[in-house]
Amino acid sequence: MLDEMVRHAGEWLRGSGPMNEIVISSRVRLARNVAGYPFLSRTSENQRSELMEMLRPHVVSAAGGAAGAFLDMNAISDLDQQVLVERHLVSRNLAEGKGSRGVAISKTENVSVMVNEEDHLRIQVLRSGLQLDEIWRDINALDDKLESKIEYAFHPRYGYLTACPTNVGTGIRVSVMLHLPGLKLTGEIERVFRAARDMRLAVRGLFGEGTEAAGDFFQVSNQVTLGRTEEDTINDFRLSVIPKIIEYEQKARRTLVSERTISLDDRVWRSLGTLRHARTISSEEVMLHLSHLRLGVHLGRLKDVTIQTINDLFLMSQPAHLQKVQGARLTGEQRSIARAELIRRRLTPGMN
Amino acid sequence: MNMNCQVCKKQQATVHLTDIVQGEKQERHLCESCAQEEGVLPKAPAHVQLGELITGLVMNKTAIQQLADLSCPHCKLTFVEFRNQGQLGCPHDYDAFEKALVPLIERAHEGASHHIGKVPNRLNAPRAADDDLVRLRRELTRAVDSEQYEEAARIRDRIRRLEES
Repeated sequence: MLDEMVRHAGEWLRGSGPMNEIVISSRVRLARNVAGYPFLSRTSENQRSELMEMLRPHVVSAAGGAAGAFLDMNAISDLDQQVLVERHLVSRNLAEGKGSRGVAISKTENVSVMVNEEDHLRIQVLRSGLQLDEIWRDINALDDKLESKIEYAFHPRYGYLTACPTNVGTGIRVSVMLHLPGLKLTGEIERVFRAARDMRLAVRGLFGEGTEAAGDFFQVSNQVTLGRTEEDTINDFRLSVIPKIIEYEQKARRTLVSERTISLDDRVWRSLGTLRHARTISSEEVMLHLSHLRLGVHLGRLKDVTIQTINDLFLMSQPAHLQKVQGARLTGEQRSIARAELIRRRLTPGMN
Repeated sequence: MNMNCQVCKKQQATVHLTDIVQGEKQERHLCESCAQEEGVLPKAPAHVQLGELITGLVMNKTAIQQLADLSCPHCKLTFVEFRNQGQLGCPHDYDAFEKALVPLIERAHEGASHHIGKVPNRLNAPRAADDDLVRLRRELTRAVDSEQYEEAARIRDRIRRLEES
């Protein structure tokens, strides 16, 4: 499955969906635990494997039945685990964890259900663009389906019980991945983030907790999970937070086009030049330049590159994907060379 | 209040504890690293945000020792272990550590301490009073959000009456 998977981007990176010029993807995750079992910090390995065996058929069915797959994290290589992290199908926490743990993934990669992460179950649904309503509808139905088979740990006062009290209540985490090069270039991004933090939202890099923002890509997510309904949390993002950020970003982009045309074009075309000609390049540098390319395409400055190509490169140039496609383990230096070559090939006309 | 830590005598004391030992009040003043050594402050907690919350909580509590002695009868996790690892041991901990957890939960969730979201279907036939509670808590949140404090106080009182009945 993984060998096939790495050759193309998942649905959520399709570059489609509402507001896709600014919103890369939306994700909702629910944290759930099984009643009658300790949380994972206190389970024995026996209990962990018992949980996994018990949950496995249900999570596979939730992820689309036979069309989906269940991956036992202990049965796959470190590299394959890393591929799953790069595709946002498992968290770093699951990949780096120990003991029985796994993940059910739907064919489209829109659904993944992690077993024995920080909580017994972490259900997540991803889609491209801003599609939170649709995601909530899907994940709520999935949760209902699982709940008809599994008794969740639930408390009348605190709601769904989680290993960490910061997730208790709804256990919901809404994350929206945004591309904000306009705000970055006009120097207004800090102001937007300060406002987001005042609203108790977390702003992080592309790969979630503990990662720095790379190439103008950011992830905004809620922190409060108690005292608000799931719909309240979703609607905050859908109706106020994200539309506001989109509005600021669009305004910044308009300013760039009307007042800083030369410097905008210079950035876009220099980035294309670098990507087309570099002989060795790091993934951070790729992110930065792909970000400029993406901006250039959306603003109509750059016409001979497609968003699909940019999104593919975005994923394929990540360390694990690169090694998986090459079919070999590579040192950092070898990766930088292979990465430059891959990008050169995809971005040079006539070489596709 | 500027004083040195009672243990290392070097660093400035930033953690001030009041213990009641056999009816006698005892004050202790520690620096952050000695407080961590003694287990009254978390050492590099798994969750930074949670760590900050717990630190804030500990500083405000005078009856810290009482909390530290709490343990869950089911999974045997102690409150000190929870503080150190940032993870609870089992669903029963929410009741076992209730006194200590509620202020922490409220801090993490903008003052909220009651779930008003989805309820598993098997529990989905709540008594009428529960329905009212859910609705009132939602109204309370709205009133507070829109800074209608008099209205919020009225709703809060109705919630209390319902909870007591």
